[in-house]
Amino acid sequence: MSTVQARALLKRYGDLAAVDGISFQVRPGECFGFLGPNGAGKTTTMKMIYCVLPPTSGDLQVLGMDVRAHPRAIKARLGVVTQDNTLDTALTVRENLVIFARYFDIPWGLARQRADELLEFVSLTDRARDKVEYLSGGMKRRLMVARALVPQPELLVLDEPTTGLDPQARQLAWEKLRQLKRTGVTQILTTHYMEEAAALCDRIAIMDQGRIVTEGSPADLVAAHAGREVVELRTAGGNWQGPGILERILGAAGSLAETHEVHNDLLVLHTQDGEVLLRRVREQGVELESATLRRTTLEDAFLKLTGRRLRD
Amino acid sequence: MAPRIPRLSSFLFFSPRGAFRFWQRNAYIFRRIFPESVAVNFMEPVIYLLAMGFGIGAYLSTIGGLPYLTFVATGLVATAAMFGATFECTYNAYVQMYYEKAYDAVITTPLGVEDVVIGEVWWGATRSVLYGTVFLAVITLFGTVRSPLALLIPPLFLLSGLMFSVIAMTFTAVNPSIDYFTFYFALFVTPMFMFSGIFFPLDALPGWVKIAAWFTPLSHVVNLSRALALGTVEAHHATDLAWILTVTVAMFPLPVVLMRRRLVK
Ligand SMILES: Nc1ncnc2c1ncn2[C@@H]1O[C@H](COP(=O)(O)OP(=O)(O)OP(=O)(O)O)[C@@H](O)[C@H]1O
Ligand SMILES: [Mg+2]
Repeated sequence: MSTVQARALLKRYGDLAAVDGISFQVRPGECFGFLGPNGAGKTTTMKMIYCVLPPTSGDLQVLGMDVRAHPRAIKARLGVVTQDNTLDTALTVRENLVIFARYFDIPWGLARQRADELLEFVSLTDRARDKVEYLSGGMKRRLMVARALVPQPELLVLDEPTTGLDPQARQLAWEKLRQLKRTGVTQILTTHYMEEAAALCDRIAIMDQGRIVTEGSPADLVAAHAGREVVELRTAGGNWQGPGILERILGAAGSLAETHEVHNDLLVLHTQDGEVLLRRVREQGVELESATLRRTTLEDAFLKLTGRRLRD
Repeated sequence: MAPRIPRLSSFLFFSPRGAFRFWQRNAYIFRRIFPESVAVNFMEPVIYLLAMGFGIGAYLSTIGGLPYLTFVATGLVATAAMFGATFECTYNAYVQMYYEKAYDAVITTPLGVEDVVIGEVWWGATRSVLYGTVFLAVITLFGTVRSPLALLIPPLFLLSGLMFSVIAMTFTAVNPSIDYFTFYFALFVTPMFMFSGIFFPLDALPGWVKIAAWFTPLSHVVNLSRALALGTVEAHHATDLAWILTVTVAMFPLPVVLMRRRLVK
């Protein structure tokens, strides 16, 4: 049985279909990622999963229960990190965890014990007695993650959990999330960091304009949509409009370049053999500001699928 | 598609335990400021009684056979019930909902919007009882309480507190912006404060004002607290109690339904 199962899930705000009839499933024990540009509908989907937003239509089962019929029973078994920090500013750091535990009917003694363990877990023990407003942005985020773990959830729903974390804290967060996965905690994650998705997620759904564009493991998505290697050429002339330059390079690349994209001064060539391609380009003697060869990453697949245009 | 829970009856789906948990959170926060809060609540009636009782009382010796200080004090105590609940369920609730996002976190737990609203309403009533009891202690010190029936005033404030919380929360649920609370206070709370028989008996008012005043919730709380403090309870006071009960029960689902409609889109 799937941990989350969505069929033709739709959420409408007036005329806008923020989530436009998507279907997906999250299997027990896996880490499932939603990627997508701003406004793609990731948060809207997450909110429906954690039962604070009723779907307009479609079917959504979480932990085997319908979100409309059993929101309380579902929420009792979830850990949620919302996109916005929603810490209780009237309480201290530690109290935020203790009082939150009370919402899950965890007895006071156990609540305090768990609060202390989790503060240790996110390295905030020193700040236990501070008011939350005095924490830095990254510390608040860490406290949000700790708070999500208070009920010892079976399913973690993490909406951009590492936004605002420094590289050390992010590495640490990844390690903790992997550790939790090993204990069998299913995770649903959104992020704008492609390397994070690649490092954590077993499967990814890429969303755009309320729809799931594609779905698969990070490696499969990269292989299917971005080839093996990327050659990035920056022209010295500022753009590729100059007479015949682009044609000469593409001609030299021939069938080695599977696809190409031009963005101002940047020419991106996807290929299976970057070294040969790069040599052929160099032989043309076109003046370049830089030429780099690298392995494709999830980011290439993402940009390919959702375009480079900025979203409003 | 699974059947959708109809919104109008959504308040029936609240969980008493969930509401209690949110009440507990408020109580936990309040505990820290309790001493200061009580001190302030102690000062306020003292200042009123000194001004009204001794200032005005110097010119007006008795009203309806009572010393003016006694008349004002036994009526004024009822306002503690109103203000305790009203501040909690207007400004406090609004700030927590929109600026502090306290509710957004709570509804990701097993608690629902219904529980948060009902917990908040009961907390407003709790503050009414706390403030009212301090106020009652002060007027007792001033020697204006004449009957042990005054011990029933705190329970009365629990009920009246619920009523004022529900009314305030209903307004908060539809209030488009924090600035509009000024209207709530200027057009509802202040007139009620002036025309509820606290400072002068309503009998002397022109007929239509008297009728309008009868409909204000506070006037009934004033009638009852004065009767209890002075031991002058009569059969007609049952009407006051019935009025308060009716309004509270009739309006109880409103803030839940309206707040749900507002927060769950
Ligand atoms: N309460 C709301 N009322 C109206 N429109 C909304 C509401 N919430 C979200 N939207 C719209 O729904 C769309 C999807 O928003 P959503 O927050 O799900 O995007 P997202 O993928 O999480 O984006 P981001 O990466 O910026 O967090 C956006 O166009 C947004 O403006
Ligand atoms: Mg989002």
